[in-house]
Amino acid sequence: MTEATIAHRVSPLQAARHSLTLAWRNLVQLKSNPGELAGFVIQPLIFIVLFVYVFGGAIAGNSDSYLEYALPGLIAQSGVFSIMATGAGLNQDITNGVFDRLRSLPIARSAPLVGRAIGDLVRFAASLVILLGFGLILGFRIHTDPLSTVAGLLLVVLFGVGLSWVSMLIGLLAKSATTVQLFSGVLMFPITFGSNVLVKTETMPGWLQAWAKVNPVSHLSTAVRGLMTGTPLGSSVWWSLAWTVALTVVFAPLAIWAYRRKV
Amino acid sequence: MYAIEAEGLVKRFGATTALAGVDLYARAGTVLGVLGPNGAGKTTAVRVLATLLRPDAGSARVAGYDVVRQANEVRSVVGLTGQYAAVDEELTGIQNLLLVGRLLGLSRRAAKRRAAELLERFGLSDAGGRRAKTYSGGMRRRLDLAVSLVGRPGVLYLDEPTTGLDPHSRNELWNIVRDLVADGSTVLLTTQYMDEADQLADDIAVIDHGKVIATGSPDELKAKTGGQTLEIRPTDPESVDRVAAVVAELTGVSPTVRGQRLSAPVSDPAVPAAVLRRLDEAGIPVVELALRLPSLDDVFLSLTGHAAEDGNGNGGMRRVS
Repeated sequence: MTEATIAHRVSPLQAARHSLTLAWRNLVQLKSNPGELAGFVIQPLIFIVLFVYVFGGAIAGNSDSYLEYALPGLIAQSGVFSIMATGAGLNQDITNGVFDRLRSLPIARSAPLVGRAIGDLVRFAASLVILLGFGLILGFRIHTDPLSTVAGLLLVVLFGVGLSWVSMLIGLLAKSATTVQLFSGVLMFPITFGSNVLVKTETMPGWLQAWAKVNPVSHLSTAVRGLMTGTPLGSSVWWSLAWTVALTVVFAPLAIWAYRRKV
Repeated sequence: MYAIEAEGLVKRFGATTALAGVDLYARAGTVLGVLGPNGAGKTTAVRVLATLLRPDAGSARVAGYDVVRQANEVRSVVGLTGQYAAVDEELTGIQNLLLVGRLLGLSRRAAKRRAAELLERFGLSDAGGRRAKTYSGGMRRRLDLAVSLVGRPGVLYLDEPTTGLDPHSRNELWNIVRDLVADGSTVLLTTQYMDEADQLADDIAVIDHGKVIATGSPDELKAKTGGQTLEIRPTDPESVDRVAAVVAELTGVSPTVRGQRLSAPVSDPAVPAAVLRRLDEAGIPVVELALRLPSLDDVFLSLTGHAAEDGNGNGGMRRVS
């Protein structure tokens, strides 16, 4: 090769650049795919319309006051939904040969994983802002201050990082994209719907209440709700952080182990 | 001077032995054709040489670098085009090329220039702004090859580059390979198609069941099989049976009949003239009578005892019958 020097190792600086280039790839995929981009923007709106305007009246009497309750919950929940895409994307790269192409290049071994994680987090953060934006247009009001609001969003992003390790592990171990979806789906529904995201836990039967109370998504949505609308926070912020740390401590080594088997 | 030297490569997957001690040598600036049926170990060998797999035993050097101890160096000098085009289908042609250019450390401008150059060279300029998903099979294969050339690799691995391509696209790809070699690249080409190896390869290594069972130039391999083949095509399809009887009598072997064409192995150089004379006496006109070296199909068959395209035979090209 004439244009790059032949080196024995990839420097940390180069590794960072490789990861950012691959994150760029992840984001450009979205940009050059109008269908996916539309879905990306419209999905949050559909969530709001479905949960707030279809079910809201029945759940809370009227949809305006329900928006106040449900939007922070939806923000927390969308974290779970969108971060599951990380594993699916990784799996797709492995099955269709893109991963091999990347591995055949003189780039940092970690770059394909880190690049995807960064790209997905940026997408995810953007989707949170879009969701909040639609909420504001439809009448959601923040009763705290901008700083708390940003803190709430950050908390969701952090939790997303913790959860993305689980998603990566699934993506790396699964034989096909279908398996990834099936597995992610099975995992996703109890933790999103078995929570206080959409309804107050007091309305649930005892056994479900017991689950909903320890469910990290419940803590997260209580935290976001408190940080945006001023409802009592309790220890929800700490629980959310603790879950983030716990997920990372348990699943990051497993995901990295699974990844190392592939590279 | 060898660009690729592999000695005693062994690779096992569980109970399966994919490579059972493979030696491969590719002279710099030439095409080494690695020929073998599906499952022979061709792709595994390429993956080892491309640093995607670590061999369980044996060693390999590419452009002088060890594939295990100097993997990053090897990656800097090789380009890989897989059997299934590994381009990002969600990206456009240009974006695919830019991605690899940037990963290889080119500046944004240099990467753009290189992308435009390669699109032009591979006749993809008009399609460069479209997502690879919308490309035809031949276009995708060309893009894949273009992507593997972004870093101007001195050594190129083409793993069954024409599997599933139509004859026109296949010819285009062959011409590209010829150009690359003319520019000084070394190419390792795996294929299960005899005529592809015959067309492109300077040297051939025949692999079967994870072992190299023969090496040499296409002509040497054909000579190894020994003998020549007589081919006859009578003018009148009705006379095929009568011609077959004459050939059988004079060669002692009953000829293979494919449509209107008969072929039979001959070792005695006097036979063709005798056959022609007998047919003339009997008043049977022939369109074609030729003596040819055995094809690589024949070579493969005689070396392995089975045809080159057994297994799932996923190719669109002619089968060995």
